[in-house]
Amino acid sequence: MVLVPLVILGGLPALIASVTPLIPPEAMAGMERFMEKLPQALRAELSGLDVEQSLLVLALVYFLAPMYLVVPLMVASVIAADSFAGEMERKTLEALLHTPATDAELFLGKLLSAWIPALGVAAVGFLLYGFVADICTFRALGRLLFPNPLWALLVAWVAPAVAGFGLGTMVLVSARVRTFQEAYQLGGAVVLPLLLLVAGQVTGLLYLDLTVVALLGISLWVVDAALLWYGARTFRRGVLISRL
Amino acid sequence: MVRGTVVIEAEDLRRRFGEVVAVDGLSLEINAGEVFGLLGHNGAGKTTTIRLFNGVLPPDGGRVRVLGLDPVREGTLLRRRTGVLTEIPALDGRLTARENLAYYAALYGVPRSRVRRRVGKLLAKFGLSERADELAGNYSKGMQQRLALARALLHGPELLFLDEPTAGLDPVAAREVHALVQDLSQAEGRTVVLCTHNLLEAQRLCHRVAVLEHGRLVASGSPAELVRSLSRGLRVEIELSPEDREVVEALRGLPGILEVVKAHPGILEVKVASHLVLPEIARVVVGAGGSLFRLSPREPTLEEVYFALHGREEAG
Repeated sequence: MVLVPLVILGGLPALIASVTPLIPPEAMAGMERFMEKLPQALRAELSGLDVEQSLLVLALVYFLAPMYLVVPLMVASVIAADSFAGEMERKTLEALLHTPATDAELFLGKLLSAWIPALGVAAVGFLLYGFVADICTFRALGRLLFPNPLWALLVAWVAPAVAGFGLGTMVLVSARVRTFQEAYQLGGAVVLPLLLLVAGQVTGLLYLDLTVVALLGISLWVVDAALLWYGARTFRRGVLISRL
Repeated sequence: MVRGTVVIEAEDLRRRFGEVVAVDGLSLEINAGEVFGLLGHNGAGKTTTIRLFNGVLPPDGGRVRVLGLDPVREGTLLRRRTGVLTEIPALDGRLTARENLAYYAALYGVPRSRVRRRVGKLLAKFGLSERADELAGNYSKGMQQRLALARALLHGPELLFLDEPTAGLDPVAAREVHALVQDLSQAEGRTVVLCTHNLLEAQRLCHRVAVLEHGRLVASGSPAELVRSLSRGLRVEIELSPEDREVVEALRGLPGILEVVKAHPGILEVKVASHLVLPEIARVVVGAGGSLFRLSPREPTLEEVYFALHGREEAG
């Protein structure tokens, strides 16, 4: 929970910024051909930059954006799996169900206990990522890459929705399994859409501009609402206690 | 609540899980201030009954009122006034004992200003003060059970449900829990519903018991009443020498003797209709040439009654 965000948000930008200047010139020629296949709007964004600078901007601002989203997704999923399936596995759920807390309060409490830490890690993670990326690229670019409007939208709008997506999925999965491990393994599939985003960008099919990010956020919030609505309906004392 | 008032009133209560009938037409009343035992084998429906009473599980049919409330519609209100010791202590092993109690105090709505004092008081009452800041996961089973019992009392409930409170405890820890239950009922006037398959525990602690079998109530009353109504006669142990056929035959011929069994070498166990037969037994043994060393009448135990009931149910 600490190491993975540190590697993704601190190690990766540092590694990319350090390795890019070391790419040999013959490989750079291949990069130029790759960049020619990028969408027109993205090429316009990169106009005026040399290949090395373009690569840094592409990698740190665009390609790693979905990887950044993995962090809130992972934190929310792990905590939710522990909170829903883990409590059932440890058999601590029954005592909780005998308290005066209503079903809605218990459900909301469990959601917030996973969602709030995920948002905290996402916010701190963004600060770390931006700081490391700016420190490592300032010399090559002559300007700060972060903060920027795209990432502001990503952090404030998409990251909470991604965390909600992980949560909603885990609530559904936990209703069907008995252990934390089972829940986490089945729920691990939530990372696939983010990997598709990475692939879409690398192959030039898609790039994350402000409109795409805003729409991505809206779609995720709609899916979150549906998942959590369904999850709340299934989170009933009588149903849960029958499974213990 | 005034001692003797009805606190739980169940009528034809039913609950099934798929094909399995967990509670089958249960009707009973439990009075304020009494320790009421729910007896039965594993799977007899004891835990489900507690869940139905505390509004955690809705019944499929029948009617139940607990502390004057409907557990299904007023479960939240009801659970503010009840405390539960679940079969497994269900503590969070990653929190300390103090943190476990403080967490549940918040869930039970104990005012924030009183949590610290209340938690400290309960930790002291249950002998856990010195290790209050250790992880509950490192506690022995007995200590975990005491902590779970302390948790059930955090909000001062009028009604306590204790599900197998001494299961898995060593005799010393079990005795401590017995003392606490007696204290809760006698000194503090709380009503206790005790699920157990430990019949000695039920006989020792309970004012009244209900015997459940496959979710059905097969008998209820005080342990003494059950013993009187369900067992015929009195058992007498006779230690004698020599223990020969003549003595046994003489005893068998005595009016009021229901059964004669050789229990151990030199010891006969005789079932008699009444204690009035005892002097006759002594006379017959001596008259038949035997030397009588001991004649000990004893009431049947709840355990014997329970197994007799169980046998009757199985046969039925």
